[in-house]
This record gives sequence, structure tokens and C-alpha cells, in this order.
Amino acid sequence: MLSTWTHIRRSPYQSLAAVLTMFLTFLLGGMFFLATVTSVLVLQFFESKPQITVFFADRATQGDADSLKKTLEATGKVVSTKYVTKEDALAIYREQNKNDPLLLEMVTADILPASLEVSAIDPKYLSELEPAIRQANGVEEVVFQKDVVETLLAWTNAIRIVGATLAALLAIDSLLIIMTVISMKIALKKEEIEILNLVGASPWYIRMPFVLEGGLYGAAGAFLSWIIITGLVLWARPVFLSFLGMIPSVSLVLGSLGSAAFLLSVAGFLAVMLLIGFLLGSVGSLVALGRFLKL
Amino acid sequence: MIRFNRVSKQYAGPVHALSEVTVEIKDGEFVFLIGPSGAGKTTFLRLLIRDLLPTEGSIHVDSWQVETLPPPKVHLLRRKIGTVFQDFKILSDRTVFENVALGLEILGKKPQEIESRVSDVLELVGLSTKKNSFPRELSAGEMQRTGIARAMVGGPSILLADEPTGNLDPDTSAEILDILQEVNKIGTTIVMATHNANIVNEFKKRTIALHEGKMVSDEAKGKYHVTKKRKSAKG
Repeated sequence: MLSTWTHIRRSPYQSLAAVLTMFLTFLLGGMFFLATVTSVLVLQFFESKPQITVFFADRATQGDADSLKKTLEATGKVVSTKYVTKEDALAIYREQNKNDPLLLEMVTADILPASLEVSAIDPKYLSELEPAIRQANGVEEVVFQKDVVETLLAWTNAIRIVGATLAALLAIDSLLIIMTVISMKIALKKEEIEILNLVGASPWYIRMPFVLEGGLYGAAGAFLSWIIITGLVLWARPVFLSFLGMIPSVSLVLGSLGSAAFLLSVAGFLAVMLLIGFLLGSVGSLVALGRFLKL
Repeated sequence: MIRFNRVSKQYAGPVHALSEVTVEIKDGEFVFLIGPSGAGKTTFLRLLIRDLLPTEGSIHVDSWQVETLPPPKVHLLRRKIGTVFQDFKILSDRTVFENVALGLEILGKKPQEIESRVSDVLELVGLSTKKNSFPRELSAGEMQRTGIARAMVGGPSILLADEPTGNLDPDTSAEILDILQEVNKIGTTIVMATHNANIVNEFKKRTIALHEGKMVSDEAKGKYHVTKKRKSAKG
């Protein structure tokens, strides 16, 4: 360990280059990982709610809504229905936009549609319920959650593909940088390696400081990126909660900074980042050792 | 025990660095390996620690057959054999103590044991007062004594010295020989390559003479004859 620290201390610029490359890799990799996890949670949330929102025209009456409600409940394929009046819609709108008075001034209950939220027992019944809904009196628009889910799915897949590609490219870049730095260190330490070899040091005694050095670069880069990502999440926490607060796992983790869920998530994220960083750096070192250090 | 059986070593080209050398060195012996430059002395020593492989023949160190030793076990052989180099091979960024301690750190010894053993060895080679000095603060003789201390700190059964007095003045060379004799007295086999006639003639030890890769003599209390025209290695 002492040898490893000496290696790092004696060539700080190379070490800094290695740590910064690792930092960038883990910053982007970590952010895409969190974005993917969040999008999957959002997706699961919407998938767990096989819901149809039926918007009524202004001319529609409470009777039209009640009639549709009875028709749907009679099919036995519906778990629940909830009628949202124009006033309820305004209340929801006000709650969502309470920080923006300008938006609140321009909206009244008259311009918001009343709606009926329908949850089916199973998503497969949604298409069977659709004809009855569309034929009902006063119905202006039917929004299927499956449309939302499909859009989310497309976004989630896009995030996964872009994230995985970028992370893979950066990981390769990091490996190459670590290999280059460690190769230079091996060249610098040629005399010491020769002496150690001649006095009977085992091959692993000679290799280990280099492996640890690569691992430390990876872990240091991962740690720095964890600090930045955690800071960003904390900074954007109110935004996340206002948009994603309805998702139980999001509100559980981000709801309270002192909660066990938050602390465990942050600590677990750090542990995984450190582990992957250490492994990535060590592998880079091992490849360089295999290529440039023949014992 | 060291045994060379018809050992030859040929580098690229037709010249043999060693040619059919057969010799046996018993435990606890002090042997001078003499000969002019290019005679094969260093090749002999490098073959012993498997820094080189013989082209023909076999080499035994105790029960180990050196040339067939698997690469992952070579370091175990080198732990049995301490080596002192003409160019010292001392790490310039470490103190005398740290350089000597290296011989024990590679064995995984505990810090207390390293502290105690290194202090004892530095006492033996007369470097106790220089333990915290860096190589740049040492004379050539002190650097060589550091090299000897490092070679013997792990308690090897054999100590090889390749021209250990090559860069030293006569007085310092005599001091180094005294130290090697002390190490020999505790039972360590010493094989010292040299072309310093004065040392060989003064200390009267077993002398193996090499010339152009061939062993030309092996005498119990050999002498080194130097002529004006050519240094001849004759026991």
C-alpha cells in the first residue's frame, strides 16, 4: 500500500489524468444509471395502474358521467372509477402550479374538463372497454395510460441505449488511460522492478502495487462522481418530488433525508460505484502488467 | 550445495559464454571465481539465480534443479541465494535501512522483526550510524556494504558477489572481504567473482578460474597470476 501511494505521489499529473478520466466515466455512467432506474420506476408505476381517463365535453352533465360509470361497473372488468369535476380539476391544477401565480390567474374551472378515471382489473380489458366509453354521451376525449406507458417505454429504452453506449465507450477510454499510465509507471520503475525480481520478490509482490494503484484511480474517480451526483440529486430533490412524488419508491427515498431508505440508497450507490471503479482500474492495470511486465 | 554438470551457455553468435563447466561447491565454502573480463564469471552467477538459462547441462542448488524450475517458483530459489552486485543495485529513493529491509519485506516479515534483524545486519556491516542516510549521501564502500546487508538479511544459505570490490579502493575492498568472511563464518556459502589478484592472493581461498567460458583450474588455495601482456586466470 505504501509502494502504491509512493507511485501516485511521484507522478501526480499522470495520476490526476487517470482519476479525472475515471471521474467523467462514472459521472456520466452514474447519471445514466439513475436516469434509467427512475424511468423504470415511472414505467412500473404507470404499468401498475391500468387506467383510462375519460374527458367530458362542456355540454356533458353529471348524469352522463354517472351513466358511463354504471355501464363500466356492470361489465365486471373495472376495479374502480372516480369522477373528477371541473372544480376538482381546478383544485388539482392549483396544487400543481401553486408556485406560479401567473398560471393560476389565467385558469378557471370553466375551461378545465370534468373527467372519469377508470382503473381496469387487467390491462387486457382496456381495449374491450374502449367501444362502450367512446359511444357514451358527452365524451370528448379518451386517454389511455398505455399510450403514456408506450411513450415512457420508448424513452426508457432510448436512455438505456444511449447511456449504455456512452458508458461503454467511456469505460474503454478509462481502461486505455489506466493502461497507459500504468505502462509509464512500469517504465519509470524498471530499475526497482529488476532489483525486486533479483532479490527474490514474488511476481505478485511486484505487481500488487500497480494493481492497487489502478484500482485506487478507479475508486477515486467513482467517489468524486458520487459526490457530484449525490449533490445534484439533493439540489434537484424538490423538483423530483413534485414530478415523481406520486411514485412510492421515489417518495420513500427522497421524502426524508434522514430516512433509512435514503441513507441506504446513497450508501449502496457509493459502494457499487467504488466497487466497479476499483475493478475497472485494477483490470486496466492487469492488462498493462500482462503486456509490459514480464517476470 | 551447488553443482554444475557440463553446463554451457551460448548467447547469439558462435561464442560460448560458458562451455561444459562441471563443478561442485559444498555448503559453507568460500570460493573465488576468477578470470579476465568476458571469461564467463557473471554468466556463471546469473545461471545460478536463473537470470539466464543454460544452453546445455544441468544446475543444482541443494535439491532444486535450477533450469527446470517453473517460473512462478524462481523467486523461492532467489530467496535462498543472496546476491551482491558490482553496481550495488541500491534504490536511490530509499534509505539504507529501507534498502536492507526490502530483503525481509518481500518475505512478508513483521515490522518488529524487520526492525530488529535489519539493525543486527547493519551492525555487522558497520552501517548502524548510516541507517537513515540515502544512497547519495554514501561512499561507494558504504553502498556496497548496504548491498551486502540486503543480500544477507533474509538469511540465505548462499551469497553470490559479482565483482563486489570492482568500484572500490584497496582499503575499502579489504573491508568488504572482511565482511564476506564474517558472513561465511556463520555458515553461508560465498561465491565471489573477481579479477582483483591482490584479494585472491591474500585470502587464499578455493579458486575456480575461467577463461573464455572454460574452467581452466580449480584449486583449494588458489592464486591469481597477472602477466603484463595478458591477465591469465590460473589457479
